[in-house]
Amino acid sequence: MVARLAGQLGGGCVLVTGTNGKTTTSRVLASILREARQPLLHNREGSNLMRGIASALLSAAGPSGRIAGSERMLGLFETDEATLPAAARTLAPRAIAFTNLFRDQLDRYGEVDSVFEFWRRALAGTPASATLVLNADDPSVAELAEGWSGPVEWFGLDAPEFATTSGGAFDARWCRECGGTFEYDLRYFAHVGYWRCPGCGRARVERPAVVARQITLSVESSMFVVDGLGAVTMPLTGLYNVSNALAAIAMARVLGIEDGPIVRGLAGVEAAFGRQETVVVEGRKLRLMLVKNPAGANQVLQLLGALARSADSKPLHVAVLLNDRFADGQDVSWTWDVDFEPLAQSLGRVWVGGTRAPDMALRLKYAHWPAAAAVEESPATLLDAILRDTSAGDDVFVVPTYTALLDFRGELARRGAVGEFWVHE
Amino acid sequence: MSDAASSPPHALSLRIAHLYPDVMNIYGDRGNAIALQYRCEARGIAVEVVDIRLGDPFDPAAFDIVIIGGGQDREQRRIAEDLQSRAEALRAAATDGMPMLAVCGGFQLFGRRYVDQDGGTIPGISIFDMETRHPGAAVQRCIGDIVLTTPLGEVAGFENHGGRTYLADTQAPFGRVVRGYGNNAEDGGEGARTNNVIGTYLHGSLLPKNPAIADELILAALRRRCGEAVTLTPIDDAAEQAAHTSAVTAARRSPAIKKDP
Ligand SMILES: [Zn+2]
Repeated sequence: MVARLAGQLGGGCVLVTGTNGKTTTSRVLASILREARQPLLHNREGSNLMRGIASALLSAAGPSGRIAGSERMLGLFETDEATLPAAARTLAPRAIAFTNLFRDQLDRYGEVDSVFEFWRRALAGTPASATLVLNADDPSVAELAEGWSGPVEWFGLDAPEFATTSGGAFDARWCRECGGTFEYDLRYFAHVGYWRCPGCGRARVERPAVVARQITLSVESSMFVVDGLGAVTMPLTGLYNVSNALAAIAMARVLGIEDGPIVRGLAGVEAAFGRQETVVVEGRKLRLMLVKNPAGANQVLQLLGALARSADSKPLHVAVLLNDRFADGQDVSWTWDVDFEPLAQSLGRVWVGGTRAPDMALRLKYAHWPAAAAVEESPATLLDAILRDTSAGDDVFVVPTYTALLDFRGELARRGAVGEFWVHE
Repeated sequence: MSDAASSPPHALSLRIAHLYPDVMNIYGDRGNAIALQYRCEARGIAVEVVDIRLGDPFDPAAFDIVIIGGGQDREQRRIAEDLQSRAEALRAAATDGMPMLAVCGGFQLFGRRYVDQDGGTIPGISIFDMETRHPGAAVQRCIGDIVLTTPLGEVAGFENHGGRTYLADTQAPFGRVVRGYGNNAEDGGEGARTNNVIGTYLHGSLLPKNPAIADELILAALRRRCGEAVTLTPIDDAAEQAAHTSAVTAARRSPAIKKDP
């Protein structure tokens, strides 16, 4: 049924997967495709299991079973890592973008190796005419090119100024081909950067088709240069979002989209739910930055560090919210893999929230962060503390896990600061 | 006992060997090294944490505490051989009272052997008289919040292991399960303890929110250096106790002792 409906899409289907960034990448790509006037069918943000994809197709088809205007329509589906084999088999995609492979909610999925196996299995069932859009900087993703007979479109960062030496959340240390230990000329976060394997000689491709350089990050946007596009601006910040943008640009090029719509699509993208969404409460700008795993948290902390180092920076006000429900990962051990330490000297006020607020507060104490002004499990009390300790005009970076974001946003909605979002699952 | 007699000498510095920190750190076990360091420095005891990687020279006699965490199966196999080359030295240090902490995969390799799901055997270093068997992919992993009673008090953390560990009759466990699975989801035992060596499945990380264990390791190390009269100055543990309570509360939300069907 799903395959039959997808078969109606004259523009075919493309999939976006990876541990982090699939929602943002899909959103950037959708923005570009809208600028290109490409009719689009996509699943709801985060509804990235097979049933989310199916329900997008079913609701487009309606009772007639025919998708109106399907002749030119393209299906763009954000796809959960473990769902990829089924999605690839059912949808026969034209292209699949892989953003990265990090450890994520281990008590749910098993280990990183099993996700990689899901992907290998998915590619075995994917037509070789499909293009793989691959992150050159992530050796786990790059490895998917081994044995792939179809076309590959590479993307990567050229940003030596963002190199790190901190050691947390290293999620791929060895070459799957030969067992060699990866070496790095530079590393951005986790195992992502200019890698090479001394064993078999595999290395990051030297010239990815889509590269970002001269990257400048500010609180609300990023600016970078892409060959062919020139300098582009995007109202999302952080090196990780630049990488997500590259995935979207590379996919757009695979789809034959011209430069104009790509540049306008980047400029016009809006933040996804909780991903650098700004909510104004009593004049304070709360900047919601969802984190789901150690690598994602390190990416956000790297961004905060970059903002703290920028010329006109003030001490950062940061609230960290840790929940331990199913969707967050019930094991909170991962917080010890996050490099909170480098930010310790750049902080103003700190608050801690979530169902496991005391665990989070202890992690931050041991990272030598300033003592939290409040450790509050209740979102309402936490928000009161944030408002009490700040003034109108202040920026507050709110860093929650997934259900902590839902809880906190719920409180913001009760106070009329945001509209109610439709929350799935 | 006067302060002068009971406090460690000021110039004292402890050396902690962190075995395979890059390989055996799948569930935030580096928090254990962070906690030992924090709790020493809070008492004016200097600390040096030395990472021992595959192939690095390593003489346990040059250290005061040894810690090792857990890894993915693939990673565990990688270090097993290297660890074997250090087995004799580590066993001698354990017999001599050196404090050690081995978590999850590291704990398994401190036993006699690990038998994987295909029947392949990885030899351990036999500090604990026990063996671990993987019951196969069809059997559920032991995953969840866990609480123990131990001679060091109530201990809380998170377990996530496929292998089932069986202690010899003469091998003491580290604690008894109050909530969770424990060594083998059968006998209610958790971990192992021999002299000052503690083995356990508990992540969390374990030591930050169970400061009594961290202090037990630190005190044992100081006493080996400076004699039995040494005691530890109490430090402010409010945040540690709050995290402990939070972890216990999380564990109490799930059924009591979990067993294999
Ligand atoms: Zn290799």
